Amino acid sequence: MHKESALRDPLIVGVKSYHQITEDVCRPVEGKANKYWYAVFTLASIIAVWGLGCILYTIGTGIGTWGLNTTVDWAWDITNFVWWVGIGHAGTLISAVLLLFRQKWRMAINRSAEAMTIFAVMMAALFPGIHMGRIWMAYWVLPLPNQFGSLWVNFNSPLLWDVFAISTYFSVSLVFWYIGLIPDFATIRDRATNPLTKRIYEVLAFGWTGNAMAWVRFEEVSLVLAGLATPLVFSVHSIVSMDFATSVIPGWHTTIFPPYFVAGAIFSGFAMVQTLLLITRKVLNLEAYIHEYHVELMNIVIVITGSMVGVAYLSELFISWYSGVEYEGYAFLNRATGPYWWAYWSMMTCNVITPQLFWIRKVRRSLLVSFILSIFVNIGMWFERFVIIVTSLHRDYVPSSWSMFHPTFVDVGIFIGTIGIFFVFFLLFSRFFPVLALNELKTILKSSGDYFKNQSHNDHH
Amino acid sequence: MANTKKYWQSIDHLEGDSNFLKKAEKEFAEPIPVEQFLGNEKLDTSSTSRRDFLKFMGFSVAAATLAACETPVIKSIPYVVKPEEITPGVANYYASTYADGMDYCSILVKTREGRPILIEGNKLSPVTKGAVNARVNSSVLSLYDSKRLKAPKVGGSNVSWDAADKEVTSKLEAIKSKGGKVLLVSNSIISPSTKLAISQFGESLTSAETGSSFQHVTYDAVSYSGLIQSNEISYGKKVVSSYSFDKAKVIVSVGADFLSTWLSPVEFSTQYGVNRNPSNAWMSQHFQFEANMSLSGSNADVRGAVKASEYPAVVAEIYNQLAKGTDFPAVKSSGISSDDNGVAEKIAAAVKALKANKGEGLVVSSSNNPFVQVLVNNINAMLENTGKTVNVDKGSFIRQGIDSDFKAAVAEMKSGKISAVLIYGCDPVYSSSSFAEALTKVGFKVSFDLTDTPTALACDVVCPDNHYLESWNDANPKVGEYSLGQPTISKLFDTRQAQESLLKWAGSASDYYTLIKENWKNSIFTAQTAEANFDIFWNKAVHDGVVSIASVSSEISFNNGMETVSGNYPNETAGGIELVLYMKTSMGEGNQANNPWLQELPDPITKVVWDNYITMNPSEMGSTYNAKTAQESPADMATVSVNGFSITLPVVASPGQKAGTIGIALGYGKAMVGETLVGQNAYGFSTTDKSGNISYSVSGVTVESANQKYAIASTQTHHTMMGRKIVNEISMSEFKSQPREVWNPIMTLADAYGNEKKVSELDLWDAHPIEKGHRWGMSIDLNSCIGCGSCVTACHAENNVPVVGKDEVRRTRTMSWMRIDRYYSSDADPKGHGHGVEKHYSEMEVPSAYPQVVYQPVMCQHCNHAPCETVCPVAATTHSNEGLNQMTYNRCIGTRYCANNCPYKVRRFNWFNYIGNDMFADFNPSQDDLGRMVLNPDVVVRSRGVMEKCTLCVQRIQAGKLEAKKMGRPVQDGEISTACSASCPTHAIKFGDINDKNTLVSKETNDARAYNLLEDVGVKPNIWYQTKVRNVEEHTA
Repeated sequence: MHKESALRDPLIVGVKSYHQITEDVCRPVEGKANKYWYAVFTLASIIAVWGLGCILYTIGTGIGTWGLNTTVDWAWDITNFVWWVGIGHAGTLISAVLLLFRQKWRMAINRSAEAMTIFAVMMAALFPGIHMGRIWMAYWVLPLPNQFGSLWVNFNSPLLWDVFAISTYFSVSLVFWYIGLIPDFATIRDRATNPLTKRIYEVLAFGWTGNAMAWVRFEEVSLVLAGLATPLVFSVHSIVSMDFATSVIPGWHTTIFPPYFVAGAIFSGFAMVQTLLLITRKVLNLEAYIHEYHVELMNIVIVITGSMVGVAYLSELFISWYSGVEYEGYAFLNRATGPYWWAYWSMMTCNVITPQLFWIRKVRRSLLVSFILSIFVNIGMWFERFVIIVTSLHRDYVPSSWSMFHPTFVDVGIFIGTIGIFFVFFLLFSRFFPVLALNELKTILKSSGDYFKNQSHNDHH
Repeated sequence: MANTKKYWQSIDHLEGDSNFLKKAEKEFAEPIPVEQFLGNEKLDTSSTSRRDFLKFMGFSVAAATLAACETPVIKSIPYVVKPEEITPGVANYYASTYADGMDYCSILVKTREGRPILIEGNKLSPVTKGAVNARVNSSVLSLYDSKRLKAPKVGGSNVSWDAADKEVTSKLEAIKSKGGKVLLVSNSIISPSTKLAISQFGESLTSAETGSSFQHVTYDAVSYSGLIQSNEISYGKKVVSSYSFDKAKVIVSVGADFLSTWLSPVEFSTQYGVNRNPSNAWMSQHFQFEANMSLSGSNADVRGAVKASEYPAVVAEIYNQLAKGTDFPAVKSSGISSDDNGVAEKIAAAVKALKANKGEGLVVSSSNNPFVQVLVNNINAMLENTGKTVNVDKGSFIRQGIDSDFKAAVAEMKSGKISAVLIYGCDPVYSSSSFAEALTKVGFKVSFDLTDTPTALACDVVCPDNHYLESWNDANPKVGEYSLGQPTISKLFDTRQAQESLLKWAGSASDYYTLIKENWKNSIFTAQTAEANFDIFWNKAVHDGVVSIASVSSEISFNNGMETVSGNYPNETAGGIELVLYMKTSMGEGNQANNPWLQELPDPITKVVWDNYITMNPSEMGSTYNAKTAQESPADMATVSVNGFSITLPVVASPGQKAGTIGIALGYGKAMVGETLVGQNAYGFSTTDKSGNISYSVSGVTVESANQKYAIASTQTHHTMMGRKIVNEISMSEFKSQPREVWNPIMTLADAYGNEKKVSELDLWDAHPIEKGHRWGMSIDLNSCIGCGSCVTACHAENNVPVVGKDEVRRTRTMSWMRIDRYYSSDADPKGHGHGVEKHYSEMEVPSAYPQVVYQPVMCQHCNHAPCETVCPVAATTHSNEGLNQMTYNRCIGTRYCANNCPYKVRRFNWFNYIGNDMFADFNPSQDDLGRMVLNPDVVVRSRGVMEKCTLCVQRIQAGKLEAKKMGRPVQDGEISTACSASCPTHAIKFGDINDKNTLVSKETNDARAYNLLEDVGVKPNIWYQTKVRNVEEHTA
C-alpha cells in the first residue's frame, strides 16, 4: 500500500471507517433535506425563473432589449460566457490533471468540482446561443450537410472553433464525470430501500458489479479520459481567447491571450470550487473530508495562477507602451484611466492584489478568509472579461464612434438568472448525487486518513 | 320529336349487363371499407385491421396538418391593361420640380410600378445642375405621410369636395356682394401659372360695383426682404440677385449659411463644390464671419466668430477698408467690440484677398436690413463683382416677400377690413404670432395645407392640396430659367391641387394642366427660338424638366445709395446675451417637420437628431450646463426669454459659437411623435429691426437654468480626432510647397527582418484576386465634402434604412449605413509635450473654443482584407469577385462578431423588428402600408437579428452592368452611381471601377492626396479619401 510521509497533513481527519465514509456521503441522498436547502433552492429557483423570463423576452423582442449598441456589440453576454467557461475549468483540471499527477487530495473535491464544471459550461454555452440575433438559426454553426446550396461553415472564424472546443470539452467532461459516478451510484443502489430509488440508481449505475475486473477497467478508462481531458483544459480557454486575440481591435489583438486566459480560467475555477465547497462541507457535514489542508492547497493554486494573471496584466500594459502603436497604447491607458477605470481597478484589486494575501500561511488556512477572497476572485474575474470586452470596444479606432455601454435590467436579469439556474442544478446535485467520490476516498483512507496514518506512525516508533 | 339517342360506355352497358349495372352505381371499383370502419358496428366485429386504422389515422393527421398550413396571402393586383411605359421591375424616371418656398430644385423622380421612391437631381438644369439636398430628396417620404389630410374639411370634419366648394363659393359670393376684401397669403410663388390662376381667382372676386377686392400677399417664413429692398435702392430692381459662387475665387460670407439654408442652398452648394479642388488651377478661399457655427462656417477656410449684432460692423469694416481712396463715402460703424478670435486680422485678410481678386470675389450677408445689403452691393460693386458673380439682371424669384407688405396685411386683418383669408403654401399661424392673433378677426378662413398644421387647424375650411409629386406645376426660379413639375403618381387621397380649387372657385372652365400648357404656349414658347412646334417643345420640356431662354441683359443703373444708408446704418451696440436664430440643414423653415428621415438626419454640426436646442460655446457652459452630453449624461435645460417670449430647451455645446451668443433652430415645435412635440417653436423670438424688417437675432436675452435634465440624442458624442490620422488635413501652402511624403506619407511598417515596407506589401493572408474584372471603389474628397447630409438621406431612401427614433439614437443604435463624422480641432498639442500622457489624452478630448471643423463621410470601406469576413462563423459576409464586401442577410445568425471586428464601426445590427415593434409605431413610416410605398423593391427589408451595412448600392451596380451588357459594351465610367455619390451636391463622393485605369476614381486613388482610412490596420479598403486642404497660408490646427 501507498505510504505517505507522516509530516504531510492527513487528507481525512478524525476516526473514519469505510462504512463511515459511505454513511457520510450517502446521508444527503438518503435523508431528508433540511430547511436551509429548501430555502436556498427556492431562492435559486425564483432567480432562475426570472432569468429564463429575461431570456424569453430577449428571444421574443430582440437583442435591443440589452444595453448593446453599434460600437459595443458584445458586453455582458460574452463576459458571462467567458466567465462561466473559465469557472468550468477547475473541475476537469482537478480530476484529470491532478489524477495524472497522482494528487490524492483531489478525491475530496473532484466530484463537486466536476459537477460545477458541467453546470458552468452549460451556463456558458447558453450565452453564445441567446446572444445571436436569430437563435432559431443557431444550428447553422454546425457543419451539417444541407440543401441550402453549397453552404458551409466558415472554418476561419474563432466562433466556430468555440463551437467545437466547448462541445468537445462539455462532452468529455460529462463522460468523465459520469464514469466516476458509476461506482458511487452502485453504492447508493445497493443501500436503497425504496424500490423506486433503487430502480433509478440501478439504471444510473449501469449494472456496476464492483468486481476486480470492473475496477481495473474503471481505472483504465479514468486514465484514458484524463489523458484526453488534460489537453482540453488548455485548449478550451486558449480557443475562447482567440475570439479576441485573432481580431483587429486594440486590446483584443494580443498574442499573450491563450496562456493568460488559461491561467485566469484555472484561477477563477478554483475560486468557484472554493466558494462552493466551503458551503457544501458545512451544509452536508463533510468537514472530515474537506478541511484546511484542501483549502490551503487550492489557495496555493489560486495565488500562483493569480500571480500569473497579474504578470499578464502588467505585460499587456508594458507591451502596449513598448509597441509604440498609438491605438494599442490608448486602449490600455483608457482601461486604467478612462470612463471604465473602476472596472479595471476592481479587476486589479480582486485578481492581483487580494489573492497575494494567500502567501501568508495563516490566511490561506483560514476558511472564512478563503471564502471571502474566493468571492473576490469571482468578482474580479468577471470584471477582467468585462474590461477586455467592453473597454476595448467602446473606444477603438475611430473616435466618432466611441460610446459607452449601459446594461439594462435584461442584461442583469440574465446574468443573475444563470447564477440561479446554476445553483438549482448544483443543489439538485447535492441532494441526489454522491458529492464526494466515496469509493475513491476509501482508497486513501488507510494511507492518508488521520487515524490510520498516526497509527502507522506510532507503530514505527 | 323525342330524342331516342343513347350513349353507352361499354358493350356491357349497352346490353344492360346486371353485373355492370351493380358496379356502375358505385364510385370506386374496389369496395372501400369506410362504411365498415366508420359504421356503428361494434369494434370487435369490425373487419378493419390495425393497419387500416393506422392508414386512416395517418391520412387524417396529414390532411389536418396540411389544412392548417395557410399560404401567406400577398395582396397584389396585376395591371388589367399594362401601361405602355411601365415594365414591372424596371424603374421609370420623370423630370419634375421641387419648390416649397424655401428650396428650389429641378429633380428626377424615380418611380417603380407607379410609385415614386427616390429623388435625384436633374443634371439638365442650369440652375441646380443635378444637385439635391437632404430636404429635397427626403420630400418623397412626405408624399406617403400618414398624417396627410385625406379629404376636405369644413369646421374640422371631413366633407365631400362638393360640400367644401359650396361652402367656399357661397361665402366668397356673400363677401363679394357685400364689397368685402379677400386676402390670399402664400409663400414665394415661383410658378408663373400659379400666379395666373391666382390672378384669375382675384379677378373673379373683384367687383367695381360692390367695391369688393382681392389682394395677394407673399409671406416667407424666413424673410429676405432686405435683399430685395437693397436691390431696389442700388439697381432699381425689386428682386433678389442671382449669385455665382462657382466664379468666385474669394468668398466672404457674413452670417449667410449659403451651403445649407440661405436663399438657394442647392444651387450654391453645387457651385461652391466646383472650386474646392486644390489640384485645379485655383481653389476658392472662403471667409465666414458668423455667430452660430453653421455648415458654411464649418467649411470656411477662415472663420471669424462675431456676434450677430456686429454683422453690420463687419460689413462696414470691409466696406470702409475697400472704400479708402475711392469715391464711396465711408460709413460710420460701431466696430467689433468683443473680438476674442482675431476677427480684425481675419477681416483684413479677407479684404486683402478680395482686392487681389477683383471681379472674382463674392461678398454675401444674411442681414435682413436693406441698408446693410446696400453696403454689400457697394462692396461687390467696388470689387467689380457685379455682373460677374452677382447678377441682378438675372435676378432670382425664390424669395419675394416684403415684410412691410405682410405687416400691412396683418394690420388690415386685425382691424377687420379683411373678410376672408386664403392661406397657401405657408404656415403663418406657426411662424408669425401676430398673424395668428389677427387671423381670429377674420370671418372666413381657408387653408390649402396638406396636413393639420397650426394654420389648417385655425381655418374654417381646409381644402388639402396635392403633394407636389401628384401635381402639374411650373417654376421660374430666375430670369430666363423655367422648369416643369409633373405628377409621378395619381392622387393617393381625396385631395385637389390648390390651383384647381382656385380656378374652380373663379368659375374657370379650364383645369390647371391646360392653364399651364396655354401659359407656356403664350409666353415661354414664344420667347424661345430653338423649337418651332409647340407640341415638340412641350414634350421636350416635360421630358427635360427645364427650359432656358436667353435673356437679354439690360443695362443696369447703379446707385451707391449712401445718402439713404448713412443715416440708417445699424451701428448701435447691443448688450447682454444675444440669441441668434438659425435653420438646421435638416429642418429648414419647418416645412417638412413631419418627415422622419429629416428628423433623424443628424445636424451636421452638433450631430443631434429629433430636437432643437440652445447652442452655447462650451467655454461658457461652466458647471451649470453639461457640455458632454451622452446617453448617460443628459443635457441641462435652460429658459431663454426676451420681449415677453420664452421657451425652455436643452443646452448643447457648440464649439465655435461666439461667446456671449446662443443659437436656437427654427422649424421645430411643429411635428408630433405620439403625444410629444418635437422641439420648441422659436419663431416667436424674431423681432423687428429699425428698418422695419424682421430680424432673426435679438440682444438682451436672459438665459436661466431651468434645473431640469433632458435626454438629447446625438449620433456622435466624441468630437476630436485624438491626434490620429483620421482626417488628413493640411494647409494650401504645405500642399503647394511640400512633397506628398511630408503631408501624406505612405504608411510603412518594419517586417520581421527590420526592413521598412509599405503596409500593402505586408500580408499574412492570400489576398483576394483583384486584378481581373471590375473592382468597385470610391474616392471621397474631404475637401469638397461640405457635410450637408444629402447622401445620408439618399442612402436611407435607396436602401430602405429604417427610422429608429430618438431613444435608439441615444443608445448609439442609429441604422444609417453611412454617417458623416464631424471633428473639431483641439488646442492640445497632438504630440503631447510637457505633461503626463493621461492628462494629455483628456486634453485632446476637448475641442477648442473656436475650432476648425472637418467632415468625413464613412460607410463600409469594402476592405480587401475584411476583418468582418474572417470572423463570421456561418460565412454570411463574404467577398465578391468585384471587390465588394457582401452581406447575406438570409445567412446571418446575428453574432455581431463582424461589427466588433470592424475598425470603422460601420456595421449596423437590427436590434428590433423596426417595422413591427410597437415601440417604433409613432415615427417609423414603414409601420403602415402607406409608408411602405416608399420602400425600394430592389432592396430587401432586413429582419430582426441580422447585420446590415453599406453594399455600395449593389443593386445599382447590377442594374448598370445589365444595361451595359444589353448594349454589348463594357460599363462606362460614370454610368453607375451609388445613392450617395449621385446625391452629393459637390461631387465629393465618386464611384467607379478602380481596375479600369481610365476612370475618375482610379485616377484619384493614385492622386497625391489619396489615402486609406486607418491604412496601418492593413485591411486594404476600396474606399479612398482625398486629403483636406485648407486654403490658408499657415496651418493652425
